[in-house]
Amino acid sequence: MSALRLAGKVALITGAARGIGRAQAVRFAQEGADIIGLDLCGPVETVSVPSSTPADLEETGRLVRQAGRRIYTEIVDVRDLEGLQAATDRGVDAFGGLDVVCATAGITSRAMTVDLSENAWRTMLDVNLTGVWHTCRVSAEYLIARGGGSMALTSSIAGLRGLVGVGHYTAAKHGVIGLMRGLAHDLAPHDVRVNCILPTNVDTPLIQNDVVRVGFRPDLDRPPTRDEFAEAARRMNLLAIPWVEAIDVANAALFLASDEARYITAITLPVDAGATQR
Amino acid sequence: MPGLRDTVVLVTGAGSGTGRVHCLHFAAAGADVIALDHAAAADELRETAYQARALGRRCVEGLADVTNLGEMAAAIDAGVAELGRLDTIVANAGMHAPGGPAWSISAHDWQRTLDVNLTGVWNTVKAGARHIGPDGGSVVIISSTNGLRGTPHSAHYTASKHALVGLARTLANELGSRSIRVNTVHPGAVGTATVRNTATYRRLRPDLDDPTEEDAAEVLRSRNLLPVPWVESADVANAVVFLASDEARYITCSQLVVDAGLTGRTT
Repeated sequence: MSALRLAGKVALITGAARGIGRAQAVRFAQEGADIIGLDLCGPVETVSVPSSTPADLEETGRLVRQAGRRIYTEIVDVRDLEGLQAATDRGVDAFGGLDVVCATAGITSRAMTVDLSENAWRTMLDVNLTGVWHTCRVSAEYLIARGGGSMALTSSIAGLRGLVGVGHYTAAKHGVIGLMRGLAHDLAPHDVRVNCILPTNVDTPLIQNDVVRVGFRPDLDRPPTRDEFAEAARRMNLLAIPWVEAIDVANAALFLASDEARYITAITLPVDAGATQR
Repeated sequence: MPGLRDTVVLVTGAGSGTGRVHCLHFAAAGADVIALDHAAAADELRETAYQARALGRRCVEGLADVTNLGEMAAAIDAGVAELGRLDTIVANAGMHAPGGPAWSISAHDWQRTLDVNLTGVWNTVKAGARHIGPDGGSVVIISSTNGLRGTPHSAHYTASKHALVGLARTLANELGSRSIRVNTVHPGAVGTATVRNTATYRRLRPDLDDPTEEDAAEVLRSRNLLPVPWVESADVANAVVFLASDEARYITCSQLVVDAGLTGRTT
């Protein structure tokens, strides 16, 4: 595999400012792809984990250019269908087409399911489920026009199992798998493949904050340290690690985007250190 | 069914074909019924209540839109106040908006489908679960075979029905310590008006000018393992009543398929 695996391809990535999205952008660039990187770069109501910033998205841009590829970035909310369509149109115009889509933008918040506020429930579905559909909706016809392509939707181990305190997140992530399975049927005649990636905890700002850490260590009366969080997180996985790295998810997305996965569609690919089997 | 006598069940979509059958099966098993539906189905709901009472049980009718948490809470509170307790929740209300390729579904149809099929169930459980007493109870969520797999031109419906499995799995984790069991039921094609109509016959048999029910049944039969075109509402209700009863006392966080082998077919 000496040839670049995405040579001449264009990839659109939501949530590109940091975490998994940034890792996908940089990894794809290393393999020859130009990048359309979109992110909200700001807070979402009901979400108390720290949000991404415009500086984060600029840093992703710098890293992609450092890898020798071009990047088009725009700040846009995946909940805004018209805005997302316009940003996507401009990005595709810049590079002349689109081959790969990574719907990665997502949020998290926490409460027992019957105690969730209506706003927290609704916002979660809007971003983590409808936002993914929006991303697919605005990009599908570009992939069809290209004669094929790959979509990788970021679900979660919560797409296959229930986790306490995140019923809205679990519903949305199961919903993403349903969306993927429907889309895969609709896009198969156009040689567009659609798959889900299901990470366990990933070492990103979305989990490395006090809001999430506290949920993992209800036994402590203070926010746990990184090591104390790791101890609890390790118990979710089969392998003796607390979390995977963003690059592991990016590598899975790269495989799915490449011709190596040309006959793989409608699958749920765990990158979970065995968490779904524990 | 053991353990259902003198319990109270809440059923949403109780004016519809399958919802009515749920109510009547529970009434026949000795349960009182809180029957909810939206205002447009008031006449059908009244008929459901009439038939449930004819079986010798009490039935409280309530008009509420599942997408409106305030209306749901008010209707459920009133029903529980009148019947004195709540043991079982059957989240049955659902819809199927017009389909199409995933990227051509309208934003309205997408949102409406999530609102009714997913948020409607969350509203039902959020407003209802707090009334289930210390002895525990059962929540049965009606999903679909599309909660387990995808089919063409159904991305919105399939996403909503998968999401219900996720919701149920989390609820089962959260409510298990209160002895509340949470399961999903996954019917295949059900022989109600939703399937048995001319538009569906034409969709299933585009090769024929004027397809009959038997022409359509032939196609549906070929998709199942068992030699039947669809299951009946009663088959779904039997599964729901079983999950609510003491016979299923240790069954939680499961997906019960009632589909004549539709999802299991490999050839």
